[in-house]
Amino acid sequence: MSTHTALVFGRWTRASYRQPALIAFTLIQPAIWLLLFGQLFQGVVRIPGFGDSSYIAFLTPGIVMMTALMTSGWSGTSFIQDMERGVMDRLLASPVSRGGLMAGQLLSNATTTLIQTILVFAIGFAAGARYDGGVGGYLVTIVASMLVGTAFGSLSNAVALLTRQQEALIGISQFVSLPLTFMSSIMIDPSVAPHWVNVAARYNPVDWATIAARQSLAADPDWSSVWRHGAYLLAFTLIVGWLSTRAFRTYQRSV
Amino acid sequence: MITHALEAVDLVKTYPAGRKKPPLRALDGLTVSVPEGVVLGLLGPNGAGKSTTVKILTTLSRADSGTARVAGYDVVAQQDQVRRSIGYVPQKTSSDPMATGLENLVLSGRIFGLSRQDAVRRAGELLERFGLADHGSRAVKTYSGGMQRKLDVALGLVHRPRVLFLDEPTTGLDPEARADLWNEVIRLSGQEGLTVLLTTHYLEEADRLAGQLAIVDHGKIVAEGTPEALKSALRGDSVQVELVDADLDGSVRTLLQQLPGIGEIVVEGNTLRARVDRGATAVPAVLGALEDKAIPVVAVTVSRPSLDDVYLQHTGRSFKVAEEAA
Repeated sequence: MSTHTALVFGRWTRASYRQPALIAFTLIQPAIWLLLFGQLFQGVVRIPGFGDSSYIAFLTPGIVMMTALMTSGWSGTSFIQDMERGVMDRLLASPVSRGGLMAGQLLSNATTTLIQTILVFAIGFAAGARYDGGVGGYLVTIVASMLVGTAFGSLSNAVALLTRQQEALIGISQFVSLPLTFMSSIMIDPSVAPHWVNVAARYNPVDWATIAARQSLAADPDWSSVWRHGAYLLAFTLIVGWLSTRAFRTYQRSV
Repeated sequence: MITHALEAVDLVKTYPAGRKKPPLRALDGLTVSVPEGVVLGLLGPNGAGKSTTVKILTTLSRADSGTARVAGYDVVAQQDQVRRSIGYVPQKTSSDPMATGLENLVLSGRIFGLSRQDAVRRAGELLERFGLADHGSRAVKTYSGGMQRKLDVALGLVHRPRVLFLDEPTTGLDPEARADLWNEVIRLSGQEGLTVLLTTHYLEEADRLAGQLAIVDHGKIVAEGTPEALKSALRGDSVQVELVDADLDGSVRTLLQQLPGIGEIVVEGNTLRARVDRGATAVPAVLGALEDKAIPVVAVTVSRPSLDDVYLQHTGRSFKVAEEAA
């Protein structure tokens, strides 16, 4: 499986390396959020109870996770293109490992997330976001964003295998990613959000990633919270990764 | 004893009902076998069950019942061995458009376990052989349809399979590209004992390429044999009468049926088709009878048996009509 994972990873990474404009394109949205929304709402930090003193510093790790989520929602598009041509059928009739087919594509997707996270940090930095935590905070944020990308990338791949339609994939991914973004602490401190949002956020993997990132970037991180949320996120990623690999069987049953 | 490279017995496959469509019985007890080193043409209109058969034999899909062995391995119990022994060229073009021809071939070779060096060497050989050597380092999306199809066949051969599946290899190609690909397939057959299962809905293609032919209709094989044997099993010639007005009340049919030496008549629109013992004597008799009754005629043609006649004989309708219905 590891050889096949590496081969499949190579294929997708080469394809995205040839279209660098696509990564730039997916950064337009986070840039707008950070620069426009960050400016517009800079006063929210004065609401009593809001933990941070700078909204742009608060917002940046949230936008990192949002970008990872939104971009990975498109991940299944590559599978759909393979299904529209005969590539998927040719591969599935070959001895290629199904796990490798999934993992290689997800690793390539995670590499895109890695680059995006660094770029979103750079935009945030340019807009004035500064962090007291050390390099560790950045590393935790990067790893957490890659896990978000992998988890939702594999869900997107599974939806692609089950629906086989680009329109359905985009519809479902929008339908899922918007509530996940807003029922979380991405935009706003939980202390000033309605109670029901906080309850929902407790079960939101994107929020786990946001909490782990924000904590680890703080001056005095609560590391137990970072590891706990990180562990939830890792477990979630492994489970959906395994489930999405099983979607190949469902696809084959209907060809 | 003949060794069979491929044997399928009593395959049944039903696709479940979807929105606005009833369940579809794609295969209804299909049995077929291919001796080693033979090119078998699976001929039938769209929807006859050709692609479904190929998908089951390549392990992509699974039959509801029935068994199949490819290269001696069971397609369900020994999937991995089957996958290592076959090359599959799907109906839709199967290369990655973002990668170059060379990259496509190398990736496929490496998936089948070739070392990087061996995969590159094999890819070079295949590009050369299919006349793509000058285009190996260009992205596939810049290839013409004919070039992409050749690359598809090359992709199916990277790992030197024992059985090659070609699912409608020339559909959508212009006549020149089609003739080109035919030559490649003819060169393939007989080489290295390669067995080929080819599906097609072109009669001419089946006639040109296949050493053995199996006609598929409604998920079953209705006739099998070499194209020559199938044609010579038909007695006499074929006479086709095209009328100005359709024979709505069947009177023309009744009239012609009474003539001596005329076999069963099939009516399709304005055209009546019949098998006759001898074309040369049947045509004057047919024309005479029509003239007596003052029935206007557009054309009368007589021909030696073609695959279309074979098809008509076994399915009760001409290939063209079956295609339009599908």
